[in-house]
Amino acid sequence: MVQDDTANFVLVGVGGQGTLLASNILADVGLAAGLDVKKSEVHGMSQRGGSVVSHVRWHPECVSSPLVGLGEADILLAFEKLEALRFAEFLKPGGTAVVNEMQIVPITVSAGTGVYPEDADLDRALAALGAREIRVQGERLAQEAGNVKAANVVLLGAVSRLLTLPEEVWWTCLEQRVPKKFLELNRVAFASGRAAVS
Amino acid sequence: MRRILSGNEAIARGVWEAGVRVAAAYPGTPSTEILENLALFPHVYCEWSTNEKVAMDVAAGAAFAGRRALAAMKHVGVNVAADSLFYASYTGAEAGLVIVSADDPAMHSSQNEQDNRRYAAFARVPCLDPADSQECRDYAIAAYELSEMFDTPVMLRTTTRINHSATPVEIGERVEVAADRKKFPRDAAKYVMVPANARGRHPVVEERMRRIAAWAETAPLNRVERRGRGLGIITAGVAYQYAREVFPDASILKLGLVHPLPEQLIRSFAAGVDRLVVVEELDPFIEEGVRLMGIACEGKSIFPLMGELDPTVVRHCGAAAGLPVDRPPVQAVEVPKPALPARPPVLCPGCSHRGIFQLLAKRKVAVSGDIGCYTLAFLPPLSALHFCGCMGASIGVAHGAARSGLQERMVAVIGDSTFYHTGLPALANVAYNRANVLVIILDNRTTGMTGHQANPGTGMTLQNQPTEMIELEPLVRALGIKHVATVHSYDVAEVERAFKALMATNEPAVMVARQACALLPEMRRQYVPLEVIEEKCTGCGVCFRIGCPAILKSDVVDAKSGKPLAIIDHDLCTGCEICSQLCPHDAITNRDQMRLREEAAAAECSLPTPGRG
Repeated sequence: MVQDDTANFVLVGVGGQGTLLASNILADVGLAAGLDVKKSEVHGMSQRGGSVVSHVRWHPECVSSPLVGLGEADILLAFEKLEALRFAEFLKPGGTAVVNEMQIVPITVSAGTGVYPEDADLDRALAALGAREIRVQGERLAQEAGNVKAANVVLLGAVSRLLTLPEEVWWTCLEQRVPKKFLELNRVAFASGRAAVS
Repeated sequence: MRRILSGNEAIARGVWEAGVRVAAAYPGTPSTEILENLALFPHVYCEWSTNEKVAMDVAAGAAFAGRRALAAMKHVGVNVAADSLFYASYTGAEAGLVIVSADDPAMHSSQNEQDNRRYAAFARVPCLDPADSQECRDYAIAAYELSEMFDTPVMLRTTTRINHSATPVEIGERVEVAADRKKFPRDAAKYVMVPANARGRHPVVEERMRRIAAWAETAPLNRVERRGRGLGIITAGVAYQYAREVFPDASILKLGLVHPLPEQLIRSFAAGVDRLVVVEELDPFIEEGVRLMGIACEGKSIFPLMGELDPTVVRHCGAAAGLPVDRPPVQAVEVPKPALPARPPVLCPGCSHRGIFQLLAKRKVAVSGDIGCYTLAFLPPLSALHFCGCMGASIGVAHGAARSGLQERMVAVIGDSTFYHTGLPALANVAYNRANVLVIILDNRTTGMTGHQANPGTGMTLQNQPTEMIELEPLVRALGIKHVATVHSYDVAEVERAFKALMATNEPAVMVARQACALLPEMRRQYVPLEVIEEKCTGCGVCFRIGCPAILKSDVVDAKSGKPLAIIDHDLCTGCEICSQLCPHDAITNRDQMRLREEAAAAECSLPTPGRG
């Protein structure tokens, strides 16, 4: 279990996957829990289908750096498998990687200048880091909830299970960020992500 | 009231609370969201100016007219605006004038990583350097007070990690400031910068900076966090956050005002510590200032001059220099990994520029590029762009290369917004000085890379007012370009025909390649994903060479060639039909075929099922 009030999160994925909304909600949750919070991300060129990284940090009194250092993340939330492997070193020993079962093949692979890694490569890297690995079928669970785009909320549900904060805090923050007409759908998506972690 | 705001949201909030009436900017990462957010507030006029220099003039004009004003831009925008910043330093204004310079260390979305604190020193204006969103809001307000107290423009300098990080902010209410001046000032000695008057102003400027330096000695913008005397750190901006985290026992002089420096404060701080270290990103700006005072300090001998700092870098460098760090640097765990494929940003599926660049690649022409999404065409597999320097440079560089006597005909490519920004005078130069350059204006009806801002070609303003739409074709004809063609960017054959005809002229020529950005909301509603017809696909690879992220290699290989067939990702494809027009085997459907299929499928579903009812 993660020490809630000093949690460091690193979210990685591919531009367009909804990592920004997820990091916004994580920041909101920390603030709602009465913690100091910082969130950092980069907009612009990288969003055109490139790798994207967001950092979220919680602390009871004061977060200084908005960036999580290498080897300092309690939770690596990866929206895509290759990006999980690329940024695995952010995890601290004994940290947890929540990995979405999603493969987005970069153009370098289609162009024949690179090879997409095997699932086993990720398992090996995380094992070497002494990290726990949790795979989540984000898109499938979101589809079952009613819309594949809610995969980011499924993943947040999974992350929420690793923390001790009451579910209501998460839910209140979600309510403020998602459109009213998709509320029920997101509630189901969040619950299914939460249930996906034992 | 406490809210989580990004640095840009917080600057917008502070500027609004400061009672600003006029704000102008040109979009540029990481500054764009400042005006986007400010434009949502009441009682403040906001505009996307055509470029940063114009934005700076607009803000200056409003401040001359006695209204608090803002110009916001990315770091390289200040290069464009520099001429205006320098006169504004001499003139001062009748109300607060603030320029935001959003620097981009590590070049997340920029062509260089210049340190614009140097501009503040160069232009003789004070420079504030906030360290989180709260300071973004607070310093925005302080900047207007400082500007009016000393009759000077003020630079509010940020970095990407400040602009795009979000931290809690205590916000306040807007304070209206007097804006009752009726007439433009008639004060030639102050506002007409001819040599005789400018000579009168320069001593005023130098004296002003001396007075601000004296004021800075006790200004609450600078503060000392007194802890141990072993290590003293002078720092500012986001570097303060890293230093505070990594050196918990150090005394810190945290500067909010990084120019001019408070000499006595620095002297007394230095005297109270055994070892003095400056922690700052990019240039040794503070370090050099401290050394000029004759005070020994360290800085860039410990920390890197290039790229961003972060806690890992600061801890690693600090420990190596024997500084007392919070904990030993993490020893890199040997993580077993295969070589990972890079994931560079790419032209999106359905990008309106793709068809143009596949043609330029095919015809192997020399292409002088510009700043925008289309710069990504330099990447393989297209590899169709051979120069990119700064906003508007494509046309002048092509002209110069052409005038040098090259055998090869030069093509310049430039986006619509970039063309209005600084392409326009360069095209006038081509027309005037008659180089045989072909300029392709990639008109995707928006400012793409920064996230769909309006521009003079869109017919809308930043604050959603309909306005005159500047039409490109009559404009370029009026400049004296005789050969002008307009094409639909998605029509491969039309683009090629027009290209050949324009290249045959050997005179200045312009092709306007028009197609709205596929990510615009009205375009998103029109997606019709296409499919590969497996029986027809031979795996020839023509479609792989246009670099579309929606076209993937199948696990199925062609029986004859042994090469993988193509498949199209249904979730990514927009149905632009570039690939289906290029496929030599008609193995990719077009939109009409997909629609017919859909109708047929729908008709089948609605047929009465036998045996029921």
